[in-house]
Amino acid sequence: MNRLKFFAPVLFFVALGGILWRGLYLDSRTLPSMLIDKKMPEFALGTVSGEEVTNKDLPGQIFLLNVWGSYCLPCLVEHPTFMRLSEEGEIPVVGINYKDRNELAKDWLSTNGNPFTYSIQDEDGRFGIDLGVYGAPETYLVDSEGVIRYRHVSVLDEAVWQQEFLPAIAELRAESE
Amino acid sequence: MIPELGQFSLILAFSLSILLGTVPIIGAETNNFLWMSLARPLSAGVFVFLAIALVLLAYSFVTDDFSVQIVAAQSNSLLPMRYKLTALWGGHEGSFLLWTFMLAGWMLAVSMYSKSMPTQFVARVLGVLGILCVCYILFMLATSNPFERITPLPPADGSDLNTALQDFGFIVHPPTLYMGYVGFSVVFAFAIAALLSGRLDSAWARWSRPWANAAWAILTIGIALGSWWAYYELGWGGWWAWDPVENPPLITWLLGTALIHSLAVTEKRGVFKSWTVLLAILAFAGSLLGTFITRSGLLTSVHAFASDPTRGVFILGILLLTVGGALLLYALRAPLMKSELGFTLVSREIFLLTNNVLLVVSAASIFLGTLFPMVYQALTDDLISIGPPYFNAVFVPLMIILMLFLGVGPMSRWKKTSTEYLVKQVSRVVVVSLMIGVVLPLIILLEFSLAATVCVALASWIVLTIGKDLTNKIANKASVWSGLYALPLSYVGMMLAHTGIAVMLIGAGLTSYFSLERSVLLGPGEKVEIGSYAYIFNGHEEIRGPNYVGNRANISVLKNGNEIETLFPERRIYLATGTPSTEMAIDAGFLRDLFVTLGEQKEGGAWSMTVYVKPFIRWIWLGAIFMALGGIIAAADKRYRLLRRREQENYEKKKAPSDLQVAS
Repeated sequence: MNRLKFFAPVLFFVALGGILWRGLYLDSRTLPSMLIDKKMPEFALGTVSGEEVTNKDLPGQIFLLNVWGSYCLPCLVEHPTFMRLSEEGEIPVVGINYKDRNELAKDWLSTNGNPFTYSIQDEDGRFGIDLGVYGAPETYLVDSEGVIRYRHVSVLDEAVWQQEFLPAIAELRAESE
Repeated sequence: MIPELGQFSLILAFSLSILLGTVPIIGAETNNFLWMSLARPLSAGVFVFLAIALVLLAYSFVTDDFSVQIVAAQSNSLLPMRYKLTALWGGHEGSFLLWTFMLAGWMLAVSMYSKSMPTQFVARVLGVLGILCVCYILFMLATSNPFERITPLPPADGSDLNTALQDFGFIVHPPTLYMGYVGFSVVFAFAIAALLSGRLDSAWARWSRPWANAAWAILTIGIALGSWWAYYELGWGGWWAWDPVENPPLITWLLGTALIHSLAVTEKRGVFKSWTVLLAILAFAGSLLGTFITRSGLLTSVHAFASDPTRGVFILGILLLTVGGALLLYALRAPLMKSELGFTLVSREIFLLTNNVLLVVSAASIFLGTLFPMVYQALTDDLISIGPPYFNAVFVPLMIILMLFLGVGPMSRWKKTSTEYLVKQVSRVVVVSLMIGVVLPLIILLEFSLAATVCVALASWIVLTIGKDLTNKIANKASVWSGLYALPLSYVGMMLAHTGIAVMLIGAGLTSYFSLERSVLLGPGEKVEIGSYAYIFNGHEEIRGPNYVGNRANISVLKNGNEIETLFPERRIYLATGTPSTEMAIDAGFLRDLFVTLGEQKEGGAWSMTVYVKPFIRWIWLGAIFMALGGIIAAADKRYRLLRRREQENYEKKKAPSDLQVAS
């Protein structure tokens, strides 16, 4: 009996290990997963060019939702990819002009080209908060029902497009068929 | 090519550590001298190849090789050089390589400074450290390879180092913290070597003590740097948040503190042996658990790296293997340990035991508070959060009791102390500290405050008992100087560290209770008053840094109408990610800090800002410096080296028959 008490630490530790193991598989509610498979939050905002848009104006098909800003250097890095996607008509891209001023955003689009169907003007970043945006650039994949299916933080270049988005889109298409 | 060489080097380090984790230990079991003597060269080999891997990874960062995944994720071409270099540990993979390299560094140090220890013991110690290296490097190679490439199309530029990390604190805090953390692996290895050998006399405690003291001192500095960094960078004026990732270092530190005290008893008196071994294992478990929590995404926190359950499962496996194995070995071997000497109810042994109980209980309650939300979620599926109120309510009273004992402990004698003697020693000190505690805050604050009185009285109590003990020690020496000179370094270290506790107590206590803070909206030329200070907003200018743009405000601080300082808080937007960040401006002082954080610009050129006055906050870190110095000085005590040599001679004598076997 006296010798058995020395086993108490190891038994306690094994029990703790079990709890930790269970804990690993709990949803720790990290930001990236928060809106995955949820509907896009309700919005009614102006666009950079001045129209009013709401959830009803979203494309009725799979589209990209790209968070950008005129101050954002990496946005220039991913910009050619979006230009190509919209020119070739591969997928519609909706922009969110995040925490930016309207004049600067307009200048930026006219200088660099406009790949966006329209860009939602989110001047105070409220909509960004609803979406759980970290910062620009950031891109969401949204399905035809307006449900967010995938999130990519930082630059979306050709490599990311090939490796992450194309498979995800193929999966979505297969699902809806 | 360079990253592949780095990866290759990592694989070589892995192969060598497999040898290190097996050959010397088997050699020690079978008395094969050749096998045992491989421990030192193998340790050096593991160190060298990990160093090469680390340097090559640093090279990829410095040369902006964005084809390496973590360089692309954590660095950017605009980043200043010092952050490019340190961005290496800005993420999970790189920081784990640094962690493993630190372990190899400690291992090399052990192999170099263990010449006077028996070969068999050294072989076991290095072998155990080798097993840890195997686990860590395998973890890297299998789940978090720092040299992973992005193919075929690497990004043109990196996504930048998290802006909160672009700061001096980030350069110094992680390496120091890791070095302290990993240092406890050495003490763990000593304990396991002692358990394996079955020779649990006080020799291993003597050998462990300098290493435990050194690891403890470095961990103290590492935690203090983290707290200082959080204070000035995060801009909310806090120095401790009971964040789930701040807690494991503190738990490790508390267990480590208990350990260095318990080691003293085991070394000097040969008692508490099994308890000390258990503490060595627990302190190490604390450090590994810290890694586990940060890297598995188990808890959500500002410190956490990306969540990844596979990594979590792997680290959990390492935890079970090392700590579980150690505890199993403990269960099998500990009953063999017998105390050699008795002691009575009032004795230094009992005081140190009290110290241990209080420290371990506080570590356990922090552990409970940290993991409880997760356990609760595992059982009920509901989310709760345990905030600072719980931790303060548990931790503060325990520390107050600990500090009461801290005064008398060093004065008591081993084996038996008469109660009358102790009462005689401290009765005057008690009265004087109470008086100081009541009077001093009254003079400064002009009002009575229980919190201030408790803090000041306790701090005086600690300092005065140290002074009393010191005068006792040098009373019968020829002169004060010869008395001071004759004090053993370990005693000097203890006095310094205990004084550090008093200093930190003043800082923590007074800052927590007497800080002032006001959030205001100021236009150019407007002012805000706080305490006896006034802050005047003179205007702002636009600034441009290497990788950010922003605004800098100009704020004059007046005390009683006289200008004493101009502060320049900034608000930056980092170009790569567009993340805003605030750089607070601080006027640091011995008795108080003044600082301002800049919020956002509103209409009419007005800015929102928060101004603070923090009394005595520097004392928190000053205390930590005292403690760390104490630990280092104690570790440097010559006595360990001299005694070790004698120790080894005895050991070799007892071992004579088997040595003959080896020779033949």
